[in-house]
Parts: sequence; C-alpha cells; structure tokens
Amino acid sequence: MALTIASREVDGVTVLDLGGRITLGEGSVQLREAIRDLISKGSKSTLLNLSDVNYIDSSGLGELVSAYTTSKNQGASLKLLGLTKKVKDVLQLTKLYTVFDIYDDEASAIASYK
Amino acid sequence: MPARSEQTKRAHTDLSEPIAGRLTLQLASTMESVSEIESAAEKMASAAGFDEDDAFHITMAVREAAVNAVLHGNEYDPAKKVTVAFEDNGTSLVFKVSDEGKGLDPDSLPDPLAAENLLRGTGRGIFLIRSFMDEVHFRQLHPGTEMTLVKHRPQTGASA
Repeated sequence: MALTIASREVDGVTVLDLGGRITLGEGSVQLREAIRDLISKGSKSTLLNLSDVNYIDSSGLGELVSAYTTSKNQGASLKLLGLTKKVKDVLQLTKLYTVFDIYDDEASAIASYK
Repeated sequence: MPARSEQTKRAHTDLSEPIAGRLTLQLASTMESVSEIESAAEKMASAAGFDEDDAFHITMAVREAAVNAVLHGNEYDPAKKVTVAFEDNGTSLVFKVSDEGKGLDPDSLPDPLAAENLLRGTGRGIFLIRSFMDEVHFRQLHPGTEMTLVKHRPQTGASA
C-alpha cells in the first residue's frame, strides 16, 4: 500500500492528490521528490490533498514539515486539505495542526491562495 | 481469558494465523522486517480485543519502535538483528523490541512539542510511542537498546 500521488492544476494552484501511506521509505521519498519537482518548476501554490491518506508515521510527519519549510523558504505556500481522522489525530498530538493551514473543502482551500 | 499458546517464529514466517500468547522473532535490519513486526502487532492487538482505535495506536507504536531499532539502532546493518518478543499476559500486551546498536538515551531526546523543535524533520517517533502506550521502558543491552511497550487490556468488554 504505497503512496500514490496525482497532480492537477486548479486556478493556478497545484493540487497533489495523495493516497495510501506516508511512511519511512517509499512514501516519504515520493512526497519529497514531488515537492522538489514542483519547486524546481517554480510552483508557488501547493495544496496537498490528504483525503485518501489513511496512515502517516513519524517519518511522514517529518516529510510534511520538510515540505512546508522547503516551500516557505522558496517563497511558495503549501497547505493541507481533507485530513482523515487518523492523520488529524496525529497532527494534533504532535502540535503540527497549528503549523499548517488546513482546509476541509477544496473550494475554500483554493480561494485562500488569492 | 486469553489463550496462552507458545509460538516462536523466525524471520519471514507466515503470520497469517491469529497471534495469541507469545511470539518471538529475530529479524534482519530491513523495512520488510518493520512490516512483518507491524503486521504481527496488529494481529495481536486485534486478537486481544482492543477496539479499532486502540489497535491502530498499538500497531503504530510498535511500528515506530521497530523503525527505531532498524534505522537508528542497527542503521540497516545486515550483521545486526532486531529481536521482538510479544506477550499477552492476560492483563496487558507487552512488546519488547531490541536492537544491537549504539544504545539510546531516552532522556537526551529533545521535546518535539517545544516551539524550537516543532519544525524539525525528525524526533517524533518515541513521542508517539509514549503517547499511545500505557508504559514505555528502556533498557541498555551493551550493545543495543531494548524498548518495552505495554498496553493494558480494557477492564470491561467481551470475555466470552
């Protein structure tokens, strides 16, 4: 159950639809490469759609944080959309819920970049 | 009352059977071993009657301990093994995960919730383990570290 990543553009925002698990190894590496790729292409607005992510471990949390800080350092904005209960619980427990801009619905998330 | 069966298994055995009682595994320092340990913990937690949330948390904690042993303890060294010993003693599930690494001082770990650490990319594994389990103990093995994770069984529930 590896991580799947699909990319699409909505009103100038790159939405990455993630599915599966963000964990040490494959999942974390895939996410890191996807973020690097976006930054190298000059993308300034990234929305990670986590609606289909059912598991994230400590390594995956670290990768989300790295994605956030890397984007910020490059003048880009990375936000989160659609947390499942399990992912939300872990983000709250680790206080990362306060770090990210998190949205429940895509329209509001996209509008927030304007 | 939980069944008290004895199982001793070696690397990459078939874990399709429900796990009750005791399980011991000695595994290579690989991510495949982490998956095997995770799967075994999930089966044991479910068999012990924990609800879905508790079983998820137990499984996640044990997986984090296994990752810690493989990655930080043994550093993927093929010459070093990860040893796990799982036991359902009737009142609690006890998961021991040992590595052969340099040793871990749990008191030296930075607080991942501190403002200055919040944006660090690492350092949340032990915190999650402590959050999800009722007891967590560390023992130095010279070389290596043994981490013991304990989750008490629910006081009420199906006992039939």
